[in-house]
Amino acid sequence: MNASARMRVWGMIRKESLQILRDPSSISIAFVMPVVLLFLFGYGVSLDAKDIAVGIVIEQPDTASDALAGAFERSAFFRPQRFESIQMARQALDEHRIDGVVWLRSDFSTRLFSGNEAPIGVIVNGVDSNQANITKRYIEGAWLAWLDHYAGIRGQSILMPVELESRVWFNAALSSRLFLVPGLIAIIMTLIGSLLTAMVVAREWERGTMEALMATPLRMTEMLAGKLIPYFVLGMGGMLLSVALAVWQFDVPLRGSFWLLMVSSALFMLVALAIGLLISVVSKNQFVAGQVAIIATFLPAFILSGFLFDINSMPEVIQWLTHLIPARYFVAILQTLFLAGDVWPVVLSNMGALLLMLVFFAVLVWHKTGKGLE
Amino acid sequence: MANALTFATVSKRFRGDSHTIIALDGVTFSIQSGQVTGLIGPDGAGKTTLMRLAASLLRPDSGVIRVMGLDSDAQSLAVQSSVGYMPQRFGLYEDLSVWENLDLYADLQGLALDTRLVRYNELMQMTGLAPFTDRLAGKLSGGMKQKLGLACALLRSPALLLLDEPTVGVDPVSRRELWQIVYRQVEDQGMSVLLSTAYLNEAERCDKVILLHEGKLLGQGEPGEFSRTMQGRTFTVSTAGLSCRRLQTKLGYAPEVLDALVEGDAVRLVMASAQLPSAATLLPGQAGVSISPVEPRFEDAFVARLKRAPEGHQAALTMGLNVSVGQEHEVIRVHELVRRFGDFVAVNQVSFSVRRGEIFGLLGANGAGKSTTFRMLCGLLPASSGEVAVAGHDLSRAGPDARRHIGYMAQKFSLYGDLSVMQNLRFFSSVYGLRGMQQKQRLAWALATFELSPYRSANAADLPLGYKQRLAFAVALMHEPEILFLDEPTSGVDPLARREFWARTNALAEAGVTVLVTTHFMEEANYCDRLVIMAQGEVLAEGTPQDMKALARTDAQPDPSMEDAFIRLIEQHQNKANTA
Repeated sequence: MNASARMRVWGMIRKESLQILRDPSSISIAFVMPVVLLFLFGYGVSLDAKDIAVGIVIEQPDTASDALAGAFERSAFFRPQRFESIQMARQALDEHRIDGVVWLRSDFSTRLFSGNEAPIGVIVNGVDSNQANITKRYIEGAWLAWLDHYAGIRGQSILMPVELESRVWFNAALSSRLFLVPGLIAIIMTLIGSLLTAMVVAREWERGTMEALMATPLRMTEMLAGKLIPYFVLGMGGMLLSVALAVWQFDVPLRGSFWLLMVSSALFMLVALAIGLLISVVSKNQFVAGQVAIIATFLPAFILSGFLFDINSMPEVIQWLTHLIPARYFVAILQTLFLAGDVWPVVLSNMGALLLMLVFFAVLVWHKTGKGLE
Repeated sequence: MANALTFATVSKRFRGDSHTIIALDGVTFSIQSGQVTGLIGPDGAGKTTLMRLAASLLRPDSGVIRVMGLDSDAQSLAVQSSVGYMPQRFGLYEDLSVWENLDLYADLQGLALDTRLVRYNELMQMTGLAPFTDRLAGKLSGGMKQKLGLACALLRSPALLLLDEPTVGVDPVSRRELWQIVYRQVEDQGMSVLLSTAYLNEAERCDKVILLHEGKLLGQGEPGEFSRTMQGRTFTVSTAGLSCRRLQTKLGYAPEVLDALVEGDAVRLVMASAQLPSAATLLPGQAGVSISPVEPRFEDAFVARLKRAPEGHQAALTMGLNVSVGQEHEVIRVHELVRRFGDFVAVNQVSFSVRRGEIFGLLGANGAGKSTTFRMLCGLLPASSGEVAVAGHDLSRAGPDARRHIGYMAQKFSLYGDLSVMQNLRFFSSVYGLRGMQQKQRLAWALATFELSPYRSANAADLPLGYKQRLAFAVALMHEPEILFLDEPTSGVDPLARREFWARTNALAEAGVTVLVTTHFMEEANYCDRLVIMAQGEVLAEGTPQDMKALARTDAQPDPSMEDAFIRLIEQHQNKANTA
């Protein structure tokens, strides 16, 4: 790059930076929105089981059944209520007063000691399947724990086909915040990268300044560089803020290397910027660019990246579709680096996918931005 | 080098949704270096396309463009290094200061760092922007923005300066200063300048003129050559008995008359041939007619080339309106009207009154407060203080019935672009409560009076500009209002469409409609019965066009134009502000 080209790029960077500093909306998208989103998802949204309201129906109370009910009452996960009959419990379930029912039939003790299969009935409200699954799993877990405990007390061993010992890895407390917050960083960077960039290039078209820029000896590469560099810095700033909040405010562990996190974030940032540029080059109008950026990048990143909804439980077609969403790869990297550590195969394969996307979008942007007004 | 810019059979098309627009059609011309060449033509003539082609921002579909000897297609970056280009909207960043804008363009144009300070200071002195270097460009007045845009284009003293409509909507004082700056560049540096404008009177300030119309080159040469072809064909006519407006209307339909314009107390005629017309053929049965020849102008040549002579015998334009005229004499009264936006005073203590059946003008540059005053009059914007009465009502408080008295034509095209002409007319007439037979009659009236029938099923967005304006005019008149507000109706409309517009407005006034109109075309003040001249939110003067001109009359300038009068008033106002 010769001196005059450097001067042109530097001029664009300075202009763009001044505009960012003077435009409250870019600053707030980069720094206020991450804070709001992090606090909203960090504190407001929880996928955890705590204080699950369960009804317990004991048809023939005896020591064994009382002990089991006691185990539920002592658990932090449950808020049990006793019901006289299964009919009453069902009614409570219908009225959403409880989320599930544990039903100990009259032959509970008999079957327990005869060593046959599990003699308890569990009913959960399947309207919210996510909640229902969580409830079911927690009840099962509590039941198995109690069985084991009970057998130990009596000095007997219960014959189980398989001994189930569940252990939650990487997130032992099953706190949803720990995986929501790292995923959220991908969403925030998508917003900064695509939305902001799409808007600022479209703004040049709308205000007629693009025409004046193009009439100077500025090359398209220099224009793109002058646009990208300040927003790259801004995006990485928003990302650092999010990481700092994640680690210090929400106590999310960062088990992987910080530098690997930075490198992969930078790669994702470039992909987001390239998409933003592509949108603005095609739309040339701030309103349309904003709409397209939200619909084409932010919403898919939100829904299909695995940040909020598990990709493996999506229908196969949708699973296939998620491979087109760059945030999907970055969410995987983030969750790995934060919760597991430097798991190289995971990180590298996802970074490879991002790199492919970057090349694809960069070529597309390059192809679409000829210098000129047509 | 002889030629700074040459176009050889250059054509340029744009593909629209439904049809292709031919912006330039086989245009060939050349401009000499060291001269100011004016590119003259109405809106939609292809001026901007031509400018962008010259700046290598567009590629020609066919033909060759050479800029300073460089091929604009193959060597576009080299072209852009030798050209200074100011687009129509000046290309400034409103959220950057004057200084920061200069810095950006200096970087982009590769101005050496050590020469910058000297050059900046030079340009700031020349443009008078020196006291405002820290101000954000968005906070500058229209005239100052234009000068900053020019300074940015001039930073590196380009060999060829391209200015796309630099003077549109800018006040006459700034316009005059811009011309001075441009000529200084030509004299000091031998710069070549191509400047496009829709103001025909600016053609005479150019060394050479290129006349463009509907993508075709109509002629090129010195402005004097154009005027000379009109020698002996221009006259002024005055009579003792008739008002200028009525005289103009009559003369407009007299045989052999190509153009009739009100000018001062007389009507200026352009005839189809060089023959002194007789009073008997022009105004049969009219006594006391005096006809005298006058010097032709560039505008006469323009109109003569473009205007087809009226075919055969044509009845005088009548509006056929059924306006119920009230009794009171004073229809609009504005008293000490003030409007503030934050700490910015857009309209400051404005007072005037309009009589029934008058054409009353608000004259001023963009940003003078005309449109804000208008919006308050129409009740679209509440006043900060002061009184407004339109047909006895304050429209911001009065109910919908009071609004039936007024018609309003907004500055921007505010009809539905994706509805057809008929659908627009039908919709707006039903908004005003027209139903059944009455609505049918009004629709037929609108199509006939505004000659919209050929376009009745075309989408409003696809209409030629002149027809858009006609449609907007028709819509404003559907409910036969007694007061009509026209906000910048002639902005961006070509001289022929403007003449047609004023003919209609005259006919309206004859039918008893009170017309309030804003304009930044100084010469249009001549069409008004009375007017106020506004600048920076204040009324500088009120009176008839003749009163205004009398203010500027001096020994050196016995017959000042409205523009002279305007400049005089602005200068007086500034002097007062400076001494105060």
